[in-house]
Amino acid sequence: MPAKYHIHPKPTPPKHKRIGKYAIIDWREDCSACHNCVKRECIYSVYNDERDRLQKTVQDYVDYLYECKGCLCCVQSCTKGLLTQQVNPEYLEMGDDVWTADIISSTWYQAETAKVPVSGAGYPGPFRGPGFDSILTDMSEIVRPTRDGIHGREYISTQVDIGRKPMKLEFNPDGSLKTDFPAQVEIPLPVLFNMMPWHAPSVNVSKAIVDTAKALGTLAITNEPKLMSSESVIPHIPEQAKDDPAITARMAQWSDCKDVVARIKAVKEKNPDLVAIVRLPLGSASIPRALELAKQGIDAFHVYADWQGVVGNNGKPQHISIAVREIHQAFVAAGCRDEITLIASGGISLAEHVIKTLLCGADLICADVPLMVALECRICKNCTKGILCPIGLADVDHDYAVQRMVNLMSAWHSQMLEMMGAMGIREARRLRGEVGRAMFFDDLERECFGPVFGQRKAVEA
Amino acid sequence: MAITVDPHRPIRPDHDLGLSVPKREVKPAPDRWRNQLGKYRVWRYEELCKKCGKCAEICPNGVHVRPEGYAGFVRPLESKCTAETCKKNGTYCVDNCPQKALRTEVLPLYKSLGDFRWTADLILSTWHMAETGELPEGELESEVGNSGGGFDKIRFKFPENGQRTNPDEISTAIPLNRREDGRPKITIDLPVYGGGMSFGSVSPVTILSKARAATAWNIFSCTGEGGYIDRLIPYKDHMITQVATGLFGVREETIRRARIVEFKYAQGAKPGLGGHLLGDKNTPAVAAMRGAVPGTSLFSPFPFHSVYSIEDHKKHVDWIRHVNPRALVSAKVSTPIDVDMVAVGSYFAGANIVHLDGSYGGTGAAPDIAKKNIAMPIEYAIPKVARFLVEEGIRDEVTLIVSGGIRTPWDMAKAIALGADGVVIGTPEMVALGCIRCGKCESGKGCARGIATTDAEMVKKMDIEWGTQRLINMLHAWRLQLVDILSRFGMSDVKELRGRTDLLRHLDYEEA
Repeated sequence: MPAKYHIHPKPTPPKHKRIGKYAIIDWREDCSACHNCVKRECIYSVYNDERDRLQKTVQDYVDYLYECKGCLCCVQSCTKGLLTQQVNPEYLEMGDDVWTADIISSTWYQAETAKVPVSGAGYPGPFRGPGFDSILTDMSEIVRPTRDGIHGREYISTQVDIGRKPMKLEFNPDGSLKTDFPAQVEIPLPVLFNMMPWHAPSVNVSKAIVDTAKALGTLAITNEPKLMSSESVIPHIPEQAKDDPAITARMAQWSDCKDVVARIKAVKEKNPDLVAIVRLPLGSASIPRALELAKQGIDAFHVYADWQGVVGNNGKPQHISIAVREIHQAFVAAGCRDEITLIASGGISLAEHVIKTLLCGADLICADVPLMVALECRICKNCTKGILCPIGLADVDHDYAVQRMVNLMSAWHSQMLEMMGAMGIREARRLRGEVGRAMFFDDLERECFGPVFGQRKAVEA
Repeated sequence: MAITVDPHRPIRPDHDLGLSVPKREVKPAPDRWRNQLGKYRVWRYEELCKKCGKCAEICPNGVHVRPEGYAGFVRPLESKCTAETCKKNGTYCVDNCPQKALRTEVLPLYKSLGDFRWTADLILSTWHMAETGELPEGELESEVGNSGGGFDKIRFKFPENGQRTNPDEISTAIPLNRREDGRPKITIDLPVYGGGMSFGSVSPVTILSKARAATAWNIFSCTGEGGYIDRLIPYKDHMITQVATGLFGVREETIRRARIVEFKYAQGAKPGLGGHLLGDKNTPAVAAMRGAVPGTSLFSPFPFHSVYSIEDHKKHVDWIRHVNPRALVSAKVSTPIDVDMVAVGSYFAGANIVHLDGSYGGTGAAPDIAKKNIAMPIEYAIPKVARFLVEEGIRDEVTLIVSGGIRTPWDMAKAIALGADGVVIGTPEMVALGCIRCGKCESGKGCARGIATTDAEMVKKMDIEWGTQRLINMLHAWRLQLVDILSRFGMSDVKELRGRTDLLRHLDYEEA
């Protein structure tokens, strides 16, 4: 058995003011400054800071906007009823429909503590949602045992392979291997790091991403020329590149173009151990092209949706989960799914999305925006408009950035183990296309509610 | 401080300790906090107010109070305000104040309270039920939440001008043992009982309040996996002993004293994962009960490593039978894709009660990723399992109990109409005791509101008598609602409602 995979997290507090969900509002005008002030009783000590500072200057009240956990004890106990609670308006403004404030906040927590977010009192969210939220994962009990992996009793492997896999091995009469074993790269986590979808990050940030990849044993796709010497880099070669650089990396990624096969062949002649990835947009239109490229010997495909997980698909927008299922099934139908590697990216913002994308048919995924959020990005998208970044991301401290991203991936890894353990799967490789361990809400409605309630109304787009 | 348990020490009933014997009667149990929360905030401008008393006269809810002998009013009792209704009925104090000294607004806090499943209205209406024992009236939406699916989209098709049955003649009792296996025929007076919350996850006050309310209503409560505390012994006829994967506190005597023993194979809060008590909550008393070291985090394994098949499950059932031949056996399972097979298998292994725990419920601390993604909501599992039990011809020999997202008496009635015999509740009990669902049950010393905590100081925030009464009141209101639903359908027994999916409609489905 290979050595267990370990990530080394370390608590890394944020550098900027956090944006918390709850705000306590304090109407001070009627305060009688009583000695048994409820602020002393706060079990989270939210007000302690204020008490110390109040002695110096009367006006200096604290921001409780992150630390308040919304227990309402002070609100309900204040002698004169001067406190109330509100959802922080700044919190509500963060993110959008896909990258919700809750996801951003949870990602910050994971990047800070490397812990799995835990809470009590059941699931508070909507019954179902669009995209990934229309998929549930299975669990096993009694007849199909789970894997007890998270606390180390059973080892759950998250390792995946990238590259072409021979369907059979042939041997010479003397017993030696006759099959030319194709190049393969093993990574311990089904996550590669992607280039950022909005614009190229600064060299500083790119370097932090590459170093994070190195710390985790995975690889980062980049087109930053200054970083090409790192062993943890997957160089990205755009369509318009005139000559392919002499590639020394283990893997490289080409944008799809007319002569991509010939170009890859030329590079592979010089570097036969190279695993070549071709980057294609997701959507039905790309499927024939992908199949054709697979026939011509391309090892791996990086199929992408936009940063919110939407696939254009000729005016009929699709979610990445559906598009990945389509291309996976097309490869299965063509009989070559086991030979190639499918890497999916776009709109993957939580650990559960990794598992669900794999269940839909990808071998591994590429993470992009979550890495930025780990560095306290708020997805305000000021950078795309040429406005100053509120957190000065470009000049981020290198060690801090690496540790925050390592922490996030550590939390993702733990959460993947939780989900895989519950499913009874102990190999990330076996998640691929395993829709039998996924439950789709539409199917559940049809199977469970159909016989009871009849015909479901057409869902509005 | 280790607790040494003398096995021969007589257990004194709680009324010897100055506690009342729990009775099935409604008594007012107001919020234990000084400022009770409601939907509105009421402002009185003292400079303008001439203390004429018009507002106190007109208010139907007693918001404006002038204590006898006083010239001025006390701070308005905002939580009782029903401004919107008053506006319609002409009893709106703001419109009627000659001085224009009053103003109302929706409390900003009301907008921040609750979530999709437990809206602010559901929390406030549960508090109302727990305080008064009556059904919430007026403005609160007390039937459904805002989750956009499942129970929140299912409605009853009540007959128009149907013959109502007399509420006094309606039975809400259900049998728990429907097999002819020689074990006692236990009947409970409501089709609902309390879920397992372990000593360690919640305070002894919470556990005892639950047990006492269960005793009053002749239903059950459950020990959870943290062991059987001695103070529960006077209520042993209404306690289920839970045997969970950690086997904490499972001893011969705790199984012998139970009328029902529950195997927790999985739980809806974290399907596929084991229980997890963080070190901070593992106080010496908790550790003594669990046979563990104080301050360490306690992970229950998942699954039972002795059960890898239905035959193994039968071995478990036989083990309980051997220790206590009189106990009913309940198998608590979660809702995987093959939940119907698991349920039928549990029956054939000898279980009397099959308890399905759906994925959106649970009270305990659990990874967010598990709460949201793993296993199916109970709304899907009930018709799926009920149908399969009918097809297998064993529906009338199994008691199908469901839980995991039952928030209101409406959810309970809908679950029964979908095919369950009864339900188990956890979160509604917590909310009745003052939970506001902040979800911070696990951090540090636990619950800030003194419900899910083991810290000696925090536990004092709640009183057993008060907690008992809140739960008794809530169950009374739940029964009222259930009886009203049955009455509108012209039924006289809750057993008639079981599996009547024809009485339900789903807003997302075409009308038949």
